[in-house]
Amino acid sequence: MFEEVGTTTEGDLVINMGPQHPATHGVLHLVVTLNGETIKNVEPHLGYIHRSIEKMCESLTYRQFIYVTSRMDYLSAHINNHACAMCVEKGLQLEVPARAQVIRVLMDELTRLASHELWWGAMAMDLGAFTPFFHAFREREVINDIMEETCGARLTMNYMVPGGVMHDLHPNFQQRVKDFLQLYKRKIHEYDELVTGNIIFQNRMKGVGIISPEDVLSYGCTGPVARGSGVSSDVRKLYPYEIYDKLEFDEVLEDGCDSFARYMVRIREMQQSVRIIEQLIDNIPDGEFQAKTKAVLKLPKGEFYSKAETARGELGVYIVSEGGTTPYRIKFRSPGFSNLSALNHLVKGGKIGDLIAAMGTLDLVIPDIDR
Amino acid sequence: MTNEELKTTLGELAATAVIDEADANGWLTANIEAANWLSFAQSLRNVPELQFDFLFCLTCVDWKTHLTMVYHLRSTTNKHELVVKAKLDRNNPEIETVSHIWRTAEFHEREVYELFGVKFLNHPDLRLLILPDGWEGKKPLLKDFEDPINMIRL
Repeated sequence: MFEEVGTTTEGDLVINMGPQHPATHGVLHLVVTLNGETIKNVEPHLGYIHRSIEKMCESLTYRQFIYVTSRMDYLSAHINNHACAMCVEKGLQLEVPARAQVIRVLMDELTRLASHELWWGAMAMDLGAFTPFFHAFREREVINDIMEETCGARLTMNYMVPGGVMHDLHPNFQQRVKDFLQLYKRKIHEYDELVTGNIIFQNRMKGVGIISPEDVLSYGCTGPVARGSGVSSDVRKLYPYEIYDKLEFDEVLEDGCDSFARYMVRIREMQQSVRIIEQLIDNIPDGEFQAKTKAVLKLPKGEFYSKAETARGELGVYIVSEGGTTPYRIKFRSPGFSNLSALNHLVKGGKIGDLIAAMGTLDLVIPDIDR
Repeated sequence: MTNEELKTTLGELAATAVIDEADANGWLTANIEAANWLSFAQSLRNVPELQFDFLFCLTCVDWKTHLTMVYHLRSTTNKHELVVKAKLDRNNPEIETVSHIWRTAEFHEREVYELFGVKFLNHPDLRLLILPDGWEGKKPLLKDFEDPINMIRL
């Protein structure tokens, strides 16, 4: 692929962006064809962090394979685990206790907050603003500490298991989450003051990276990318799982279709996540945190599909079972993979600087794309 | 559209398709001949009562005797879902591309092409996506794939 680099017969310049580029947030390799500063084509080359997770899962039991999935979208590790656990539960027709459901939703929303914060800091850094990164990580650190106390890990938590969660919440959990919310509500305005209202920032974001609602559907984009173009795609609202149908929160929709709209969706989603956590944190029901399950799980013969809303969009888990203790075939429909496929469409005809901005608003996590 | 209505409409549309009862997910499965896939896909996308505008999952399963392409479709306007399956010959797997109907299929088909070896006819850009350039030999997600260096099973 490197031999493509150089000047084409039409006089266009072909350059490599990545795999080691600070704005790709991982090992994504883009081959960009430029005419002056105008982008003619963007060609992603994937696989630098491909571990063939789907193949590995074929030899892991239904309890084991969930741990591997934390390593896909590592910023939404809880939600990955959650989707897999739900798929196994669907096969076993297992009822999850009320307490476990609330704990799961709490953890999911904390994860979403942490993920969006990292995105916000990293995105601002892509555009040349370094301070927001520290602000974002300061608050994200508190969430990581809360996770560490209950789950024992800061990034790949592996807390969700078929039937519920692995162990009960830490006694400090409720108080620490409440303290965090107090702190966070004071800080969230800082985000707007630092970045959102900034005129240079707005000029770089508005009107670039446009994707129409029809193209969003055709490219299979989900999550904030779809909602930034006004396409309703929130799995929590459309196909509610756990207790999401009993909660009060809004699906955030923006109709700008540009980078700024996608930015605003995530900013407003953070506020919705705070709203969900506030509703639940004082109402965690008593009872079991895990349903009784057999030591060895066997799924009946058939096909099972579950979906969950990660911070990046709709994650699908498709298990084909032959009745054994391991999946016969497993497929992860990762949101990042479909979102990335729209990148060329987003930036074609724009300037090279807008590529960085548009890519930032896609919120790509490379291990999620490569799997 | 409910599953019963969907079944009737699909029956009128494609007489050769075998429609299975709803699976554990509550979705109907349409089993079709690979040769009929392109025209079937076009009607699924364009018939106003169906309007499957969102291809949310595209993958392949190796059954050792044959391969099965699996397409998961959703209509965001009519709120229904459908699974379409097509059997392929394992020695020479070929099927028409649908990347011009659902653009997301372009990347997903490239993935299936390199991991299963399925050839998508008329695909605009059928090249390796994830595997390193110049990858030769067995396709990694086939059941008889062995890797002497990297651990792929316990």
